[in-house]
Amino acid sequence: MPYIQLPEGLPGIRGPMAFSPQTADPLNALVNVLLRDNASRPDSSLTEGERELIATYVSSLNDCFFCQTIHGAVASHHLGDDDWSLVQSVKCNPDQAAISPKLKALLAVAGAVQQSGKAVTPELIAAARAEGATDLDIHDTVLIAAAFCMFNRYVDGLATEAPNKPDLYRYRATRIAADGYASQDAYMPPGESTPVAGTN
Amino acid sequence: MPHITLPEGLPGIRSLAVYRPETGQPLYELAQALLRSGSPDSTLTSAERELIAAFVSKQNCTAFCMNSHAAASRYLYGDQRDLVDDVLNNPDNASIAPKLKALLAIAHHVQADARTVSNALVAAARTEGATDGDIHDTVLIAASFCMYNRYVDGLATLTPTDPAAYEAMGERMGTLGYQVPKTT
Repeated sequence: MPYIQLPEGLPGIRGPMAFSPQTADPLNALVNVLLRDNASRPDSSLTEGERELIATYVSSLNDCFFCQTIHGAVASHHLGDDDWSLVQSVKCNPDQAAISPKLKALLAVAGAVQQSGKAVTPELIAAARAEGATDLDIHDTVLIAAAFCMFNRYVDGLATEAPNKPDLYRYRATRIAADGYASQDAYMPPGESTPVAGTN
Repeated sequence: MPHITLPEGLPGIRSLAVYRPETGQPLYELAQALLRSGSPDSTLTSAERELIAAFVSKQNCTAFCMNSHAAASRYLYGDQRDLVDDVLNNPDNASIAPKLKALLAIAHHVQADARTVSNALVAAARTEGATDGDIHDTVLIAASFCMYNRYVDGLATLTPTDPAAYEAMGERMGTLGYQVPKTT
């Protein structure tokens, strides 16, 4: 049960976001720029799917069930990973996953950020550049990893509840891919209003 | 030297907000909401919020954020400014309200591993008068500084070593709050 009184029927980060709209707005603005808008900048070589993979990987390292499941579902949606096997392989062993050498090098940077910002070495940065990473790719990777060290702690530090039905995450992934991150839209599919607690 | 090309002469997060204003804007808005406005039912002062930020930054060993937010907290505490260094040195022995001590304990757990925040820690804070808003704001301040600290250190931004530089920053943060630096 969450540590504070949160609106019912809103899982994961959506509960605290409804509790605190004034912080929800900049939090959603931040992820929309990092995971969506910046993918189309000319100096970016990271796609939306790859950005979501970085968020998923860091959330997995932090053992945050809600964040790794929803961002994994969004990554799979973008990457045509219907059975979620690619996302699973990135979480378990990124070096062996079917992703580009550049993304592997950036995941190594993200993994260092998850430990500590000071763990990012010039060697890790040089390895990413050697595979074609731009300044913006490196910047966005570091900030995505850092931001998920915040989101994961926000979600778990208040003991929010997470649904366990994969289909609900698949549905949310299609909504997020279409409309972006927001805190005002209805969470459940049309016609379904099962409170989250009932799905656990 | 920073890992990427950043505007010269600007320290820490300021160099990053000028490099990428699209992310700088929400990052500064979040800091303003958490360190100044706060949740409607929260009892935490701006000085206490800055102290939680400095405390978490010290745990993360991020000198830029620790020194700048400690300076802002000292400025806002005014005559009681010595409390800031007392807390950073040893929160258990500092002469601060039991409520703030209990909230710092929650912040400590959020930094180390948010899954270790417990019913007992939250109940202890409530016993000392902490509201839902205090608990929410403490968790998100601690969580957000686990982001700001990693962002500043992960790109190896410039960290001034002169204490006077931080005193000036603290006064600016204490009077003006958080506004995205102008691109020059």
